[in-house]
Amino acid sequence: MAFNYDKYLRLEKMPTLWCWGCGDGVILKAFVRAIDKLGIDQNDVCVVSGIGCSGRFSSYVDFNTVHTTHGRTVAFATGVKLANPDKYVICVAGDGDALAIGGNHTIHGARRNIDITLIIINNFIYGLTNSQTSPTTPQGMWTVSQKAGNIDPTFDACELGIAAGASFVARESMLDPKKLEKVFVKAIQHKGFSYLDILSNCHINLGRKNQMQSAMENLEWIDSITIPKKKYDALSEEEKLNYFPTGILKEDTNAREYCDMYKDIIAVHQGKRSKITQDDFEKKI
Amino acid sequence: MGTREVISTGNDLAAKAAVDAGCRFFGGYPITPSSEVMHTISDLLPAVGGTAIQMEDEIAGVAAAVGAGMAGVRTMTATSGPGISLKAENLGLAQMAEVPLVVVNVMRGGPSTGLPTRVSQGDVRQAKNPSHGDYRSITLCAGNLAECYTEVVRAFNLADRFMQPVFVLTDETLGHMHGKAMLPTQEEVAAGIVPRKRFDGAPEDYRPYECEGDQPAVLNPMFEGYRYHFTGLHHDAKGFPTEEIETCRKLIQRLEDKVMMHTDEIELNEEFMLDDMNGEEGEVLLIAYGSVSLAAKEAIRHLRAQGIKAGLFRPITLWPSPADSIKKYTDMIKNVLCVELNIRQYTEEVERVSGRLDIEGLYKVNGRAISPHEIVEKVKEVF
Repeated sequence: MAFNYDKYLRLEKMPTLWCWGCGDGVILKAFVRAIDKLGIDQNDVCVVSGIGCSGRFSSYVDFNTVHTTHGRTVAFATGVKLANPDKYVICVAGDGDALAIGGNHTIHGARRNIDITLIIINNFIYGLTNSQTSPTTPQGMWTVSQKAGNIDPTFDACELGIAAGASFVARESMLDPKKLEKVFVKAIQHKGFSYLDILSNCHINLGRKNQMQSAMENLEWIDSITIPKKKYDALSEEEKLNYFPTGILKEDTNAREYCDMYKDIIAVHQGKRSKITQDDFEKKI
Repeated sequence: MGTREVISTGNDLAAKAAVDAGCRFFGGYPITPSSEVMHTISDLLPAVGGTAIQMEDEIAGVAAAVGAGMAGVRTMTATSGPGISLKAENLGLAQMAEVPLVVVNVMRGGPSTGLPTRVSQGDVRQAKNPSHGDYRSITLCAGNLAECYTEVVRAFNLADRFMQPVFVLTDETLGHMHGKAMLPTQEEVAAGIVPRKRFDGAPEDYRPYECEGDQPAVLNPMFEGYRYHFTGLHHDAKGFPTEEIETCRKLIQRLEDKVMMHTDEIELNEEFMLDDMNGEEGEVLLIAYGSVSLAAKEAIRHLRAQGIKAGLFRPITLWPSPADSIKKYTDMIKNVLCVELNIRQYTEEVERVSGRLDIEGLYKVNGRAISPHEIVEKVKEVF
């Protein structure tokens, strides 16, 4: 039987404002299926989004939802989570949101390893505001703010997440909804900061001026730049320049989660344990 | 009213007040001269099962605090002027989405980095409109150590009553002043807590933003079955974005009216040695607030000893301004002197509400406190 999304959607908000052929809807549906698969009560989920096309994600799904200011999703979500450590807090942000204006919060959310799932919907462009360069826009592509061609070096979102200390880092694209669903399930189950770089298309505001006028052409391009991690690892350094590895890139189940660590702070101040020292941590520096 | 005597600093008292008033979350970032608020509350909150977190920047500090407020807990941040500048956008979100929050601003010299370790009242105008758009800021101003405690307590109740951020302005002098304060007991504070309203009907009947034109939103805590939407966009009864003309107009008008139609619940002043003034020739009305009022009171004692009948009107709620109360005294008394650690920031409001343009002023912007002697000399010079 086909999956019934109605329970999880705010049907009165349909249709979405996303363009025809946009990948965001595929990502939203995979997320909803993941929540359903995990059997999580809708009341126990908070979805926090930022600004941009992805910002509207939160208004379409029937959970506790917050549409915040540009780039600040992880910071708001940190407050929600710390006040409710046993609830599920999911951030949905765009590439500009998470990696440009909100880059600092992305870094420090990952560093704290707080149990938040960050879904970066990465369409390589500022879509909602009409084609400005984003931190993930490939060099040489046309953008409205660099009509001569983008010279800004491109961010690898996952490398940032790994370096910052996220304990679960994965990349998938909206090309394979089944894989997306699976990675969402794993990310939400993972205790710690789950960092997902989900590639999506924007044929309207990225594709049109970069020889990918249709959704299909844009998706074929995404397909051409992604390769499973195992195959990626076997490539020469020169070949690697043309691809993003997909799949789970990091999974550390031993890293301590922030809310969990904060319980120790509470225990110290309530006289239930001795002060925290360096001996409490494996890593000394 | 039971009282207790404590020896403490303004910053410590602000932190203690928050916890006594039921605050259970603090998000902040280090900044002089407010850092001690965070230092103290980071010990106090976990002891009562709450959370205090030092975030990666000022923006994140207030964002985390607002996030906790959205989730339903009493929440606070503390900072100084540069921090307010950074927090401004998210304070606007809290105004728009009607999220209660207490913001303590321990004022230092500005603009920009200014005089980080020195006193100022330069953020009074900023507190009125820290963020863009139309809304009414509620700003309280502590005038002594005890009020660093009592005004923070009052701020939490006002934030929940009006469902919006409430500023408590203190300053470097008060924040670092160490001395005796007479406080209400913790039991009294706890008994006086008026939590935010909540909706207890069926979730399908819940309309958080559908309320009378002069009332705030009714926002239930998250995770209790009432699933709705927070946004900084113009929004409808359930919190969802809309551009519908009448809904947009009503929302912004309500943000104005929920405060301005209930200023009687917010206004608080001190009238010091004004009861024997009746408009006779030679009477002097001082208008001062915050730590400056301590010097003003001392100056009044000196002036009276020298035969000059002087008194102080001290607004404790700065915004919305106590317009009628100021007008009452400025109508009665000819000689009016505003004393501020800024240049005319509140004098302009006194001029506006009094309709007078002959208000004298004593202003100091070099990071040093105003002494009683300077006020006495100024009174003798201008009147």
